[in-house]
Amino acid sequence: MDALDLARWQFGVTTVYHFLFVPLTIGLGVYVAGLQTAWHRTGREHYLRLTRFFGKLFLINFAMGVVTGIVQEFQFGMNWSEYSTFVGDVFGAPLALEALLAFFLESTFLGLWIFGWDRLPKRVHLACLWAAVIGSNLSAYFILAANAWMKHPVGYEVVDGRARMTDLWAVLTNSTALAQVPHVVAASFVVAGGFVLAVIGYRVLRERGLGVLPGRRARTVTAEDATTPMRRLPDMWRTALRAALVMTAIAGAVVAGTGDLSGRLLHEQQPMKLAAAEGLRHDTAGAPFSIAPGVEVPGLLSLLAAHDPAATVQGVDDIQARYEKAFGPADYTPNLPVVFWSFRVMINFGMATLGLSVLGLWLTRKRRGRRAGQHAGQGEPVPAWFARLCVLALPLPATAIITGWLLSEIGRQPWTVQGELMTAASVSPGVSLTEVAITLAVFTVLYGVLALAEGALLLRHVKAGPELPAPAPGPAAAVPPARAEETRLTPTLMY
Amino acid sequence: MTTFWFIVIAFLWTGYFVLEGFDFGVGALLPLLSRSEADRRQVLGTIGPVWDGNEVWLITAIGAMFAAFPAWYSGLLSGFYLPVFLVITGLIVRGVGLEWRGKVHSRREVALCDAGIVTGSVLPAFLWGAIFGNLLFGTALATVLGGALSLSVAVLHGAVFVALKTTGGVRARARRAALLAAVGAMPVALSTLPSVPGRGPLWTLGTALLAAAALAAGVTLVWGRREGWAFAATATAITATTATVFGVLSAAPLPGLTLAEAASAPYTLTLLTWIGLIALPGVLAYQAWTYWVFRKRLTAEVSLSA
Repeated sequence: MDALDLARWQFGVTTVYHFLFVPLTIGLGVYVAGLQTAWHRTGREHYLRLTRFFGKLFLINFAMGVVTGIVQEFQFGMNWSEYSTFVGDVFGAPLALEALLAFFLESTFLGLWIFGWDRLPKRVHLACLWAAVIGSNLSAYFILAANAWMKHPVGYEVVDGRARMTDLWAVLTNSTALAQVPHVVAASFVVAGGFVLAVIGYRVLRERGLGVLPGRRARTVTAEDATTPMRRLPDMWRTALRAALVMTAIAGAVVAGTGDLSGRLLHEQQPMKLAAAEGLRHDTAGAPFSIAPGVEVPGLLSLLAAHDPAATVQGVDDIQARYEKAFGPADYTPNLPVVFWSFRVMINFGMATLGLSVLGLWLTRKRRGRRAGQHAGQGEPVPAWFARLCVLALPLPATAIITGWLLSEIGRQPWTVQGELMTAASVSPGVSLTEVAITLAVFTVLYGVLALAEGALLLRHVKAGPELPAPAPGPAAAVPPARAEETRLTPTLMY
Repeated sequence: MTTFWFIVIAFLWTGYFVLEGFDFGVGALLPLLSRSEADRRQVLGTIGPVWDGNEVWLITAIGAMFAAFPAWYSGLLSGFYLPVFLVITGLIVRGVGLEWRGKVHSRREVALCDAGIVTGSVLPAFLWGAIFGNLLFGTALATVLGGALSLSVAVLHGAVFVALKTTGGVRARARRAALLAAVGAMPVALSTLPSVPGRGPLWTLGTALLAAAALAAGVTLVWGRREGWAFAATATAITATTATVFGVLSAAPLPGLTLAEAASAPYTLTLLTWIGLIALPGVLAYQAWTYWVFRKRLTAEVSLSA
């Protein structure tokens, strides 16, 4: 165990956490903005309630995305100074652009949205949320463009041992980035969709007095719950559910499509990762695809990788031999079991979430709704078993996106910049084992505690449910842009 | 181009210290300015809508250093490993505390958030000064003095900001806190002054004197209840101090490293310049608009809407 190992663990731990919170922020932000837009257009109170309810959950999660993001911005310099010095000219540019073009937008307009409910005209207030959401999505593009450059470096030359950018446009339109950005952003929408489905499933069960597991009654948690009858809002949940299902299904299809594209790019650009993901030992013509250990579909891997069932796909051992010839003796093979299993978990969990959303769309289709009397605001939005399924499926998309990241980044090893710089040569030479151990320990514990706190806080707000209708902010004309003197210190709608 | 980007970086750090400076001061003073939960909400309400946007100035400064001076970025952050780590930890607990404070329920949890806000404000406010003090002089005394200077000026700046943005008891206490903070900040500032001559370009002597004068003016103006002008004065003091620090650093941003060695190639710098020139005015405009939207003083009549 040396500083390099710990620095890698630290990057892994902090980034996996960051990669849990941020996709949720990206997808949930758009969902909430969609709800508020619907409220703005229809004036239906349901939409306002949903905006406030999911907006609160969004903000609880947003905080974690922001604070874990700070670490990322500093970590390259702290633990990976050799890497930073080598790549800064190319890699630093998208990071600087991310801060300037995306983070300012996101944080400034989110502040305006949180505190601006009764201070801004309705239309402007809604625009603030969209600006913040666009900022979040834009930041995903820049950071993924930077990340794609590590896997498929383009638009640069190496001068005096440092990468020098020669073409920013090439870096920003890197084929790897163009495949990866829609893949990851759409996956973020699936993660958010899965989260929303679980929340709605939980609410639907709870409002019917049912527990998450069959045969169990919901336990009352607070004194308030025991005394006031549960407000039942099946119609509202049906609306929210349909929106979430549509979002998840469309995003799921995009993830699958762009995943296929990424596979073909791997074949050309990162053959080792593809071989490791498939556990393919030797160069094989008409390579099979193993769905599960022992179950192989002949020629499928070649078909996926090159759109030709007879094409040759390179194997781990042969690539290792070729790399040794090209780059000198070293171990060029990533951790095979981790990459292999990450790939399978990602695909299966992701497809399961897509399947769940399609099933949900079928169950909530209009004709069926009419039969159940939902047009009159009666009837349950979904059967209890489906609501339970939604709650239990919560970990699926989150695990899928995390394993996708593990596949992508562990499969990249032992390189930080494919073909140019190895991970072992990237670490900070002046930082001691003790120092990395301290930061690793503190970040791991702190992130763990904060993640638990966030989970508890989210659960509590989900249990409490949407607030009773509050007096809606008045019509746009009646709201002055700023009052003569503030009488409220907290946002009206207390996020 | 290298010099221009050094000025850009200095500008971003200045923006960060001026804006986040009062966030830190407000956070540090939270328990001292408040007698009740309503007071605490009033105090935190002054920075509620803006602190996150202010923090992005740091992220942008760091990102710009990464892009424009990779060797400076990596040398600074890996060289000041543990202090930077503590700054980040502080920013994490402060951020979570500020965001979650309104969403937790029990008194104990609110107190925990407050503890995070106070710790996460005091720690970075002290450490940034300590880091730059150590970077300039490399002595333990300079480290402590630098930290004391940045913390005390941040507290003063924050107190003036609260006095400017509130009414009633909180405003009165903030004024008193500002005067007390000035009593702490002035001697520290004066004791760092003699170390400036001969270190950097001649103009840094001017900015150092300007900083001291602005600080003194700030105190006088708080005394005279001219809080808006006092805030302008403390902001000027921070700007002049940061200019002095970066003026001295311009010769060697890190010991043994010159700007030219640390810099990216002209291609990158030129492109970033154009993008920055187009984007930055927009950023400045909408951040200024935020302050305009929330320009009114916060009163004590709290509506504890849930």
